[in-house]
Amino acid sequence: MSVDQKTIDETVTALALPQRVKDNLLRELKNVKLTKKQFDEIIKRTMATYEYSKIEAGEAAGVVSAQSIGEPGTQMTMRTFHYAGVAEINVTLGLPRLIEIVDARKNPSTPMMTIFLEKDYAFDRDKARELAWKIEATYIGVLGGMSTDITDMKVVVELNKKALHQRNMTAKEVSDRINEELGVSSYITGDSLIMKPEEPSYRQLLQLVKSVHSVILKGIKGIKRVVIRKEESGEYVLYTEGSTLKEVLAIYGVDPTRTRTNNVNEIFEVMGIEAARAALIHEATETLKEQGLNVDVRHIMLVADIMTVDGEVKPIGRHGISGEKASVLARAAFEVTVSHLLDSGIGGDVDELRGVTENVIVGQPIRLGTGNVKLIAKRQVKGV
Amino acid sequence: MLIATPKRIKEIKFGLISPKEFRKMSVTRVITADTYDDDGFPIEMGLMDTKLGVIDPGLRCKTCGGRAGECPGHFGHIELVAPVIHVGFAKLIRKILRATCRKCGALLLSPDQKTKYLEQIKTLRNMGQLTEDIINEVFKEARKSKTCQYCGEQQPEVKFEKPTTYIEIIEENKFLFNWDEIPGKESNKFTEFLIKNYEVDWIKNADIEKSGDGLTIKISAGKKSLSLIMNGGKTDLVLKINGEKSGDFIARTEDGKLNIYKEGHEEEHKLMPTDIRTRLEKMTDEDVEVIGMDPHNARPEWIILTVLPVPPVTMRPSITLESGQRSEDDLTHKLVDIIRINQRFQENREAGAPQLIIEDLWELLQYHVTTFIDNAVSGVPPARHRSGRPLKTLSQRLKGKEGRFRGSLSGKRVNFSARTVISPDPNLRIFEVGVPLEIAKELTTTMFVTPRNHDEAKEYVRRGPENHPGANYIVRADGRRVKITDKNCGELADLVELGWKVERQLKDADIILFNRQPSLHRMSIMAHEIKVLPNKTFRLNPAVCPPYNADFDGDEMNMHVPQTEEALAEAKILMHVQENILSPRFGGPIIGGIHDHITGLFLLTNSKEKIFKNEALELLGKSEIRELYPPAGEENKQPYWTGKQIFSHILPKGLDVKFKSEICLQCDTCKLEECENDSYVVIKEGILEMGTIDEKGIGAFKSVILDKLMKEFNPVIACKFIDDATKLSIRGIMRRGFSFGIDDEYIPIDAQTQINDVMDQAKDKVDKLIKAYEDGELEQLPGRTLAETLEMEIMKELSKARDATGDIAGHHLGMDNSAVIMAKSGARGSMLNLTQMAACVGQQAVRGERIKRGYAGRTLSHFERNDLGAEAHGFVRASYKSGLSPTEYFFHAIGGREGLVDTAVRTSQSGYLQRRLVNALQDLEVQYDGTVRDTRKMIIQFKYGEDGINPMNSDFSKPEAVRRIIDSVMGVKE
Repeated sequence: MSVDQKTIDETVTALALPQRVKDNLLRELKNVKLTKKQFDEIIKRTMATYEYSKIEAGEAAGVVSAQSIGEPGTQMTMRTFHYAGVAEINVTLGLPRLIEIVDARKNPSTPMMTIFLEKDYAFDRDKARELAWKIEATYIGVLGGMSTDITDMKVVVELNKKALHQRNMTAKEVSDRINEELGVSSYITGDSLIMKPEEPSYRQLLQLVKSVHSVILKGIKGIKRVVIRKEESGEYVLYTEGSTLKEVLAIYGVDPTRTRTNNVNEIFEVMGIEAARAALIHEATETLKEQGLNVDVRHIMLVADIMTVDGEVKPIGRHGISGEKASVLARAAFEVTVSHLLDSGIGGDVDELRGVTENVIVGQPIRLGTGNVKLIAKRQVKGV
Repeated sequence: MLIATPKRIKEIKFGLISPKEFRKMSVTRVITADTYDDDGFPIEMGLMDTKLGVIDPGLRCKTCGGRAGECPGHFGHIELVAPVIHVGFAKLIRKILRATCRKCGALLLSPDQKTKYLEQIKTLRNMGQLTEDIINEVFKEARKSKTCQYCGEQQPEVKFEKPTTYIEIIEENKFLFNWDEIPGKESNKFTEFLIKNYEVDWIKNADIEKSGDGLTIKISAGKKSLSLIMNGGKTDLVLKINGEKSGDFIARTEDGKLNIYKEGHEEEHKLMPTDIRTRLEKMTDEDVEVIGMDPHNARPEWIILTVLPVPPVTMRPSITLESGQRSEDDLTHKLVDIIRINQRFQENREAGAPQLIIEDLWELLQYHVTTFIDNAVSGVPPARHRSGRPLKTLSQRLKGKEGRFRGSLSGKRVNFSARTVISPDPNLRIFEVGVPLEIAKELTTTMFVTPRNHDEAKEYVRRGPENHPGANYIVRADGRRVKITDKNCGELADLVELGWKVERQLKDADIILFNRQPSLHRMSIMAHEIKVLPNKTFRLNPAVCPPYNADFDGDEMNMHVPQTEEALAEAKILMHVQENILSPRFGGPIIGGIHDHITGLFLLTNSKEKIFKNEALELLGKSEIRELYPPAGEENKQPYWTGKQIFSHILPKGLDVKFKSEICLQCDTCKLEECENDSYVVIKEGILEMGTIDEKGIGAFKSVILDKLMKEFNPVIACKFIDDATKLSIRGIMRRGFSFGIDDEYIPIDAQTQINDVMDQAKDKVDKLIKAYEDGELEQLPGRTLAETLEMEIMKELSKARDATGDIAGHHLGMDNSAVIMAKSGARGSMLNLTQMAACVGQQAVRGERIKRGYAGRTLSHFERNDLGAEAHGFVRASYKSGLSPTEYFFHAIGGREGLVDTAVRTSQSGYLQRRLVNALQDLEVQYDGTVRDTRKMIIQFKYGEDGINPMNSDFSKPEAVRRIIDSVMGVKE
């Protein structure tokens, strides 16, 4: 009398268990002959184990998470630059990176993107390279040497044909781009590109040289370098120094579902708060993992959640969560004590003494964990 | 019995104190700057008036009658002759001045805007959110309007000069003449002005003509001409002399007349605090609410001080020096200054002193009041003590780490605590702590005398303070404390009644809290059971070192004694060591064997040695194992056991576990049970069938066995296992003996030659790379400069060489070498450490690069300029054993220094990170409905960690957990 697969599936799916456990259970129960009694026993024990594994009400989950992330900080290295995966690109790692994530910096010190490609591009080295040139910002400097001709008051660029070809550009395109950006007229003679300043003065000439150097001939502004790497799966992946998610996602051939950046705020702006939360979790987990430190995701999730509850990415600290607490005393006890006290006087603020610090300050039990249990005992009714 | 719930402070309201209220609160007005008279008694109405409280023993407070220590102190006040500004609110005053009318005091917003903002503020308040942003918007909006829409007054710019000066910039256009009266009554005025300002003497007698449309006035004489041309809108006019533009003027129609002004005449008018105060007084309660103030608790005029509170003496006690001289508190010094200036100000004003002197005194009074409140305002020279030290005034008392908030309120000093050096004792159980007798006799725990412990309590008292375990104090029902001495202990014992408290000395098995700083996680404070021991250090089992991060190189630890039954219960149930074996950080064991524990068990379980009965009993005797398993065999008719069998004795019955141990070589295909390194551990029914116990078996953080015991058995069994394992391992290692010396770093001559060969080859390769670089033949790595490429290549080459030497050395140092045993078993150190000792130290690096700094073009003067070679940039070819050359030694010191700096910087940075994290997250709690919420009851997570599973039991979400359940059920059926 064995239970058929359908009943197993249905019963398991209906259980009040986390999805992951349900999936595990279904996978393990596939093709296993079970009697009804055995099946019921399995369900019973699983539920009992779940009940046992659940976090208890009243647990100070916040403090535990904060400690679990803060404590390994002492074991992390300080070395800022290191190579993460790609030898060519430097990325901030270790404690400085963790601090950066928690601070929700608008501009991380080493922005970097990992660009995955669509199927048609991902396994073709040439196509991947073509995309890479589309993304990397190309300046005149890489296309050839620049010289100034003072007698004729002109700027001459000796274009390197090989470099042009490599980047799939023509001299005409270069000239057009420069005309468009700077409004000067440039023309091509042989292999060289010639430009003249508006007025034939030495100053103008130097000015022109300077501005020509900053013209982006091809690619996206802010992407300093693109490195192509073949992953173990045989897929080509682009790694960039510099990050502009919005522009890169718009390029045809880029897989927008897998492409990512290490700039959390950029993800927030382009994809929204849920994506930012996921990015925070990913970045923090990777940073800790790279250092060989084992921290449960649940702790990182809690930190990411409190940073993103309000619908924007807020830093941990004075300018973010701690500075926006309801309690005057808690804020005063953290940082910038005096101004918080003065402001509270002006506003006639009321501290409701619900948090931890406030209650420690006034010297009474905190309302958390064992301090949050209100019912002590029922008074005995006499004469019953 | 009635259970009384302790009273709680429900809320604290903040606000400003009005001068009126303050005068009512004050116990005395302070008028004299003197403190004590010649007899040393406080002067009445002076700063030390006994009405303000007392600090000298023997005196009584005139207000409450309390003695020093009983009287909390009472505030007095100083009547300021002229109002002054409170520095803390200087910025707010600026904002208000710019946002309100100078004449009628109204907020410069339309009634509609006011209601709109007021509503927004109220909603935010109700939601418990900060109103800062809205209020800033109110100020910004109000500042925009230049005229008051209620009384029509022009609003001048208000300039703010730090710290407390406000200046109105009144742009007064200088009236010149009336257009309509020219030519006519004002012609003279007109010509005089022009002559004075434009050197046009010739117009004196010239004719003045006005054009028909009345827009141009012209004066001409001969070739010279002058004209004033008005624009169509009659607002501006231009002066032209001889056709050239020479000046601009403004025209205004006032009372039907067209008046001409000269523009841009600015006049500065300083606003005195009195002016500001009158203006703030005019604000209506409604307007006050719109700028985010609470009119009942904080009227804006109250931020201008007219009465200065004098803090009670208890807040600023004076100290009597050895010489009998009194030294006053910084606050008292400051108050003396204020009173003096206040008096002088008053005298001068009454005497009718000139305005200039009055203003100077006013400013001086402002300075003293400012520094009394905050002595670190930018732009104000800090008030200094006679010795030159800046005074610590009110703000300084509150601020910072040692300030009132962080230093005294959030962190409090406690009684019933002890601190001393720690030292190891593997014979203690892990939850025990050895406490010196001296400490046990000094510290006490409170016994509440009840019918059930009445006799026991009496007995403790009878033993007195010298007879451990005795008692040190009794507290009678009325709260009087009586010290127990050798002499009175007998009498006191008979007196002990129900309801009294006896402060009993600590004895064995008492629960205490044990802590080592820095307390980075909750396992930094755990509850231990006392074991009173001789000598003066705290003793603990080395297995509990990892959670405290303690070692015995002089570390000190703290002990705290719980004083109530509730505290004791919490300590025992939640904080006991055995409840904390698993770390909530990653759900694995954080308590476990370290160092010699691992080596000991490794040696025991890895050897094939025969252990005879005597030895076996000696090994296991301390673990309270009295019966041995059947022997492995017999030799000379003597039964013997293997090391694995001995270890099996301490395993709990019914433990089944299989895992790869630390010494596993990570072969491509694991042979599992057939492993020839004995690195696949199989424990069945509590018997170690095969495999070696090393770090993966017993070590802290990594132990699979402990993990299993905690999750499938219970903490008591796990705890017992750690106790037994530590005892067994120490005896195991002592049986064999284990040491490491310089001889263990010896490598044979031929190995040394091999190492030298590798080194020479590496040097050649580096030289070749350098040559290729210099000849420009080096192939550049993508995205790197040529020089960077060379650096990377050299680093790679040298580290390869070092690894090769390490392999050679490792080859000659086998498992009979102590360092190899420690490294392989995971007890301490690594093969890299051994390589550095025996073969080659390797490249020294600063910031991950070869050493570059030093002199121009070279690191040291021992090398040629621009030498790119290995030894010129910090490659240490020698081993620690062979000794470093002077240059190598120097480079090694450079590399070593970086490590030290790194640690120093890191501790401060990670400490701050932790503080911020804890502060941001401390109020979060898992609710009964499974959500995580903050104090406002705002939901942070709907289900903790998305699945509600405790990280300590996070294994449940792994597939193995389910498989285990299925297996056990299926097994049961069979």
